[in-house]
Amino acid sequence: MAHTLWNRKDLLGLEGLSRPEVEAILDLAAAFKKSPPDPKLKGRFLAFLFSEPSTRTRSAFETAALRLGASVLGFSATASSLAKGETLLDTVRNLEALGVSYIVARQETSGALDAVAPKTQASILNAGDGRREHPTQALLDLFTLREKKDRLEGLKVVVVGDALHSRVARSNLCGLRTMGARVVFCGPRSLVPEGFARLGAKIERDLDAALKGADAIYCLRLQLERQKDNFFASLADYRAAYGLTARRLALAPEAVVMHGGPLNRGVEIDDAPADGPQSAILPMVENGVYVRMAAFSLIEDWRRRHDLA
Amino acid sequence: MTWHKTPAAETGSLLIRGGLVIDPAQNLEARRDVLIEGGKVRALLPPGKTPRGAEKAPAKILDATGCWVVPGLIDMHVHAREPGGEAAETLATAAQAAAAGGFTTILAMPNTEPALDNPALLELLQAKAERDSCVNVLFAAAATLGRQGQRLSDIARLAAAGAKAITDDGRAVADAALARRAMEWAADCGLVFIEHCEDAGLSRGGLAHEGPAALKKGLGMTPWAAETSVVLRDIALAELTGCRLHLAHVSARQSVAALAWAKARGLLVSGEVAPHHLALCEDDVPGQDANFKINPPLRGKEDRDALAAALQEGTLDAVATDHAPHADRAKAAGWDAAPPGVIGLETAASVILTRLVHRGKLSKKRFVESLSSFPAQLLGLKSKGALKPGMDADAAVIAPSAFWTVPETFVSKSRNSPFIGARLKGRVRFTLVGGRVVHAL
Repeated sequence: MAHTLWNRKDLLGLEGLSRPEVEAILDLAAAFKKSPPDPKLKGRFLAFLFSEPSTRTRSAFETAALRLGASVLGFSATASSLAKGETLLDTVRNLEALGVSYIVARQETSGALDAVAPKTQASILNAGDGRREHPTQALLDLFTLREKKDRLEGLKVVVVGDALHSRVARSNLCGLRTMGARVVFCGPRSLVPEGFARLGAKIERDLDAALKGADAIYCLRLQLERQKDNFFASLADYRAAYGLTARRLALAPEAVVMHGGPLNRGVEIDDAPADGPQSAILPMVENGVYVRMAAFSLIEDWRRRHDLA
Repeated sequence: MTWHKTPAAETGSLLIRGGLVIDPAQNLEARRDVLIEGGKVRALLPPGKTPRGAEKAPAKILDATGCWVVPGLIDMHVHAREPGGEAAETLATAAQAAAAGGFTTILAMPNTEPALDNPALLELLQAKAERDSCVNVLFAAAATLGRQGQRLSDIARLAAAGAKAITDDGRAVADAALARRAMEWAADCGLVFIEHCEDAGLSRGGLAHEGPAALKKGLGMTPWAAETSVVLRDIALAELTGCRLHLAHVSARQSVAALAWAKARGLLVSGEVAPHHLALCEDDVPGQDANFKINPPLRGKEDRDALAAALQEGTLDAVATDHAPHADRAKAAGWDAAPPGVIGLETAASVILTRLVHRGKLSKKRFVESLSSFPAQLLGLKSKGALKPGMDADAAVIAPSAFWTVPETFVSKSRNSPFIGARLKGRVRFTLVGGRVVHAL
């Protein structure tokens, strides 16, 4: 498999990725799911650079790297140098000097990685930057949805909840549109501003109406601290208007239920839809490993073509 | 979600005969007999015609000769004081006062004790009103918990439970970011946001209009800008959020100008004016009579006249009483200590007729639009605000030329009216709710 159409050192976001590029990742991930990979990253070092907590994403990245034979540095850069005021770029360059080829980074600041990536030979994989992008999450979402529905073209995907503060929503909007799906953002004006219409999402305020004919329902995690700023009044009020309940799910019998986790059960999603036959929430977690293996693998090919260790 | 008084009890037919039907919604101002059956308007018949399709003569006839027959009046600003202020008014007595004034639907404000800020209290009050009230009582819910201006109330659940509007009336939502959120949620839930426009900083220290009269008396004063500054802020927020904004009790001519500007921009903004602001000004306040202490205050002559002109030409959309009952004891506390507010349900129609319609300042059409059709439309009451066949048989029969003097006693539990002793021309003869006569003189 010559994936020469992948011509990137980093994976910073889905914005700007072409449909063939996205398909290359999804197809390779599917191949990895069928048969175990070669230890392609043997001898390569990977470091995490997380300024925000993470369980799922970090574990999935680490599992993917280990399966490909990479060595993972057992420290988190957050706790060490970044906390002492070193700039992100300095930290990245120090890791590079130590021989690290892959840096998986999560940063609170939107777009923080874009400035750094061109200035290092290490490959940067964005594991979430502020509100902007979370490309591997969106890729595993696309992978899972394609697996369930055999296609992405023409699907109606309803993304429910706090799109304003969500990098998952932004990355999915890019990825789904690139793949030809129709994206509906549903939520209150405070969390789903009209401006998203200009970015290609159809806006719908009434969840019941939005769910008609949906092929997928993507529940965004409600960050509970948003209540303090009155983005919503109470968990009960939010659930009444935008919670995915069994009654609402019945309006979309063909829909795949998705959630990037962690779940606020009884808020954005009830137990029945989260754990029921339409749910893809656990398969998403598993698929997250294959998608990240695919990303590492394509980037490793690029690095070899460019004679980078 | 619609809520309305069930007219099920009244299935017999009734004919309102001989009156002048004024119904702007069907562009009608002509003599018609109104046939009512099953609580609904069945037909409008040219005078003397036998009701078509009626198998027998109507069970009951109301003689409306010489009277106007109009869609039941709708007061979208009433303080019914229940719960917490039952010494001054209850849902039942407010409804009776409304009926006496020709009002068939009232919107109760949420500044009760406790404030109406949760669906459980709303459901309880709706059930109580359904049982005790002779007119339709609808409820506006608080925008923030306890009307404290800190935390958003559960607007989605309040809307689902039947709230018709969102407001912290009695005060503005002071924090602009919070007001924005309240408007956003109101818009998402299809509800109008009603603002009591008052900058608490500017109005601190007094509730008399900042003008020559209060200056002479040495009273603490509040300037027009206390109102207009919030009007302007909310117009900006209405455009930002796409929310339907309604300005309560507009009192200053500068606010009228702001409203006209917002309308010219095509925004969903409307305004109401109270009868006392249309009929009275700062010069009419006798000494320190607390029955004339109102918030916002009676302003200058120029304001009064600008409000009347704006109502006729449509910049102001509705007349609403801001019926604010207070016990004698509370109003006897003196100008500074007395709570602001006057009652208005029983005198509103007569005051508007006397001071505006009969003086040629307001057309009959605008009279009915501002007191019925517009509020019905704003609150989303599809079967009210007009007398088209099939709609609710809510109507008022008004004798436009009947003289009366406002007595010291009222149907309302309170009597804090600035119109006691006023000689008025025009009086409500009958009020019908769902075809049932709830007031007759």
